[in-house]
Amino acid sequence: MPKDNGIGASPKRREDVRFLTGRGKYTDDIQLANTSYACFARSDVANGVIKSIDTSAAEAMPGVLAVFTGEDFVEVGGNPAGWAISSRDGTPMHEPKRPVLAHGKVRHVGDAYAAVVAETPEQARDAAEAIEIDIEEQPAVIDMAAALSGSTFVHDEIGTNQCFDWGWIEDNREATDEAIKNAPHVTTLELINNRVVPNAMEPRASIGDYDPGTDEYKLYTTSQNPHLTRLLISAFVLGIPENKLTVVAPDVGGGFGSKIYHYGEEALVLAAAKKLARPVKWTASRSEAFLTDAHGRDHVTKIELACDKEGNFIAFRTETLANVGAYLSNFSTATPTFLHGTLMAGTYTVPNVYVNVKTVFTNTAPVDAYRGAGRPEATYSIERVIDKCADELGIDKIEIRRKNFIQPDQYPYTTPVGLSYDIGNYDALMDTLERRLDVAGFEARRAESAANGKLRGIGINSYIEACGIAPSNLVGQLGSRVGLYDAATVRVNATGNISVMVGAHSHGQGHETVFPQVVAEMLGIDEASIDIVHGDSSKIPFGMGTYGSRSLAVCGSAVVRATEKIINKGKKIAAHMLEASDADIELVDGQFTVAGTDKSVGFGDVALKAYIPHEFPLEDIEPGLEETAFYDPANFTYPSGAYGCEVEVDPETGKVDILKFVACDDFGNVVNPMIVEGQVQGGLGQGIGQAMLEVGTYDADGQLTNGSYMDYAMPRADDMPQMVVDHSNGTACTHNPLGVKGCGEAGAIGSPPTVVNAVVNALRSAGHDVTHIDMPLTPSRVWAAMNG
Amino acid sequence: MYEFDFERPSTIAEAVAALATEDAQALGGGQTLIPTLKQRLASPSKLVSLSGIAEMKGISADGGTVTIGGGTSHAAVAAGAGAYPALAALAGNIGDPAVRSRGTIGGSLANNDPSACYPSAALASGATIVTNTREIAADDYFEGMFTTALEEGEIITAVRFPVPDAAAYAKFEQPASRFALVGVFVAKYADGVRVAVTGASEDGVFRWTEAEEALSANFSVDAVAGLSASADGLISDLHGDAAYRAHLIGVMTKRAVAAAS
Repeated sequence: MPKDNGIGASPKRREDVRFLTGRGKYTDDIQLANTSYACFARSDVANGVIKSIDTSAAEAMPGVLAVFTGEDFVEVGGNPAGWAISSRDGTPMHEPKRPVLAHGKVRHVGDAYAAVVAETPEQARDAAEAIEIDIEEQPAVIDMAAALSGSTFVHDEIGTNQCFDWGWIEDNREATDEAIKNAPHVTTLELINNRVVPNAMEPRASIGDYDPGTDEYKLYTTSQNPHLTRLLISAFVLGIPENKLTVVAPDVGGGFGSKIYHYGEEALVLAAAKKLARPVKWTASRSEAFLTDAHGRDHVTKIELACDKEGNFIAFRTETLANVGAYLSNFSTATPTFLHGTLMAGTYTVPNVYVNVKTVFTNTAPVDAYRGAGRPEATYSIERVIDKCADELGIDKIEIRRKNFIQPDQYPYTTPVGLSYDIGNYDALMDTLERRLDVAGFEARRAESAANGKLRGIGINSYIEACGIAPSNLVGQLGSRVGLYDAATVRVNATGNISVMVGAHSHGQGHETVFPQVVAEMLGIDEASIDIVHGDSSKIPFGMGTYGSRSLAVCGSAVVRATEKIINKGKKIAAHMLEASDADIELVDGQFTVAGTDKSVGFGDVALKAYIPHEFPLEDIEPGLEETAFYDPANFTYPSGAYGCEVEVDPETGKVDILKFVACDDFGNVVNPMIVEGQVQGGLGQGIGQAMLEVGTYDADGQLTNGSYMDYAMPRADDMPQMVVDHSNGTACTHNPLGVKGCGEAGAIGSPPTVVNAVVNALRSAGHDVTHIDMPLTPSRVWAAMNG
Repeated sequence: MYEFDFERPSTIAEAVAALATEDAQALGGGQTLIPTLKQRLASPSKLVSLSGIAEMKGISADGGTVTIGGGTSHAAVAAGAGAYPALAALAGNIGDPAVRSRGTIGGSLANNDPSACYPSAALASGATIVTNTREIAADDYFEGMFTTALEEGEIITAVRFPVPDAAAYAKFEQPASRFALVGVFVAKYADGVRVAVTGASEDGVFRWTEAEEALSANFSVDAVAGLSASADGLISDLHGDAAYRAHLIGVMTKRAVAAAS
């Protein structure tokens, strides 16, 4: 019988009751008394000098309460980058100020230069249209290579469009160059990791509220990390003391990274709320979401793989241009560097790896972490060039990977790019993949497809990623300006039920179901008596939020540590109640028991005693039963996996059907197998979306040419293949108490190269001399590749 | 959207009168107009909803002709135009269920989106567009992208389709919108075959006369296998260039013929 409670069980997601019955409470659902509404005036040119802004007509319009421009925020701070990166020559990165509202220049289409607050949303929008701006348009900086050589700048004051030129690891550079020069075989591949628009189901929204009586501010906002948002607003942007600012992230309809970051709209509604002494609400339209949410990916990469004639890897070398857009979003400098370059050894024993990344300002929406954040880019480059190398050398795609895999007896394994993998077993994953995809039967299926006029291909991929972000000491050395621990408070109530306040925020991940499973397992009580509190900075301890597949590995570990403290204190109380020694008390199935006897008290009795401490040893034990723990991980966790898929290509139209996708992941121990499966499926959906359908496209003038669902293709149900998700090969993480690894991003990391490898394989099988197709593999691109 | 007046008349005559107001606009199912209004890209003084006009709804089949009221939804055509199976199939594959429940044939033909499905059926069938003032042959009706022979305030009250001996519509979907990247409607009549192409041309729906001649002589896939459509004047966009669309015209024509045969 599968478990029905605690770790390893798959209870249905309790949060789904409210989500599926329309009772979720999102930011826009919150309606404070006397609310006013903000609308932003946004640039329709990509690059230009603001000559003048005339707000007089707007101010005179019905219902208008206030109009703001960049001038109103000159005295406050900029929205900062969270990581300081240095160039190869030691110079610090260029870090131009990102103001609340554009001031002096507009730098991308959608850049807000003014905001109107009015009695109704319609009045605010009418007035925003009435703002007159005179912009001296400049040529748009769009293409990254041209940006680096051109003389038109996104930020004139820095006189270059390069943010930094980063080498990782610079000491590897000469040896890697030498190894490639002398290698028997070198495979080179140039590829684009396409820009994607996050497209969370819920657009961003914020409500600012201010109480003149107490001088307290409250921000309701679509955030993945309320404390981080509060810190950024307090310490960098508006200077509101943290103790005067509460940030609430209520139900949030998806983030995928785009809601990690602080955005200017949040500062605007707070400032406006103070000025007007009434609540100010803003809810993005879908068009605004397309234009202003931080986009993902957007790398142009040249990768070289050097090996011997048998396919034993000698070196990887990459040169990447990474787009950061018009401004540095909070994690934009970390994503293409330490979340990308450090993964460039993959799952392989390769002695030489060198990564060069130049980040480039362009007149486009900021680019930042998006589900996977750097690791998908690394995996794509590595796994595509390996496939090309295998084709060149005539080696089987699985064999070339297996012969280079790090072996189980090599852990901990330190790669040439600075990570120490703690554990894994890549051959075991590949074994499972071969079985579940029935690789041996592929040729027969290919023949069947051929009989139907279709080209069948198979794609194989081995990924590794680093998540459970992150050890604060390590990331501090690498330039992070924050720590990346998390925190939990376990409050046992007097009647024995439990509230767990966590720093992680759930916006689709299922924390409200999973964290109680952990606590229930440890305490031996029913998880139904345990609830999670998250999202309100005034209620939860200071945790860093949810991204980088960190919630269970980091915040879940804090939950474990806090629960351990509860158990220890409970033992002391029970020992007193049972007139025994602490050391003799054990907690079994929710009963504190004197070992070897039948003397016991229930967990609930101990809780009650803690809060009604009559006949209580107050000189030794404080009353109450509430404990907090902060947990800072010792290392990243390293999920890995073998992914495979089969595709059919219609040679007449170029249309690709993914027939079956098998994802074999090593997530270590799994707390809720159903939720893990759902997370992988969701990740596959996004990865397949990137591989097959999605690309945010700017024209030469800096207009986003597919800023709506009429032209931006999101994956639909019938774009998804049959999915097999297998996590039977877990190797328990060695350094966190649950032995867990992150699972939220894996699907999006491992799937794009799998799909592209399969399509290239299909075309090559029909004699087309195709070595690569850039994503997304739309029918027209695939057809062009066949008929090029 | 900007403010506008709203009327929902119950007869064609009332609708025509309501549309006499300057900058008034007829509202069919709203599948194009409502998003346009929400984007503030149009500012009609008044919307005149045609959805309450009973005489503009319904499907009848009589003597080889299927007549569909201009206010009839795609879903109703899919379910009720069994006398013209290819037309019912086309209607049943427009958009998604929500679109099919709201969108109307009259709205689609009046809008004449270059990627819409219905114009190809109307043109390939040699349909008659019936308005409140006149009857217009399909060959005279479509005048280019988003342009038709309709006058200001003129309402499509019905569309009459001669039922062909054989017909099929083959659509290759644009991945995002799922409108036709290229859609080809082939209809075989006693006096010849008509082939209409949507989604492909900068001038909107058009007849591929070369294929019509070949198929009129020999209604088979082989008859069009060697034909290639010209890429001149075809749309190039994110989803496919003119050469790709020209190629797809050939492929979709073959598939339509195969399905109709």
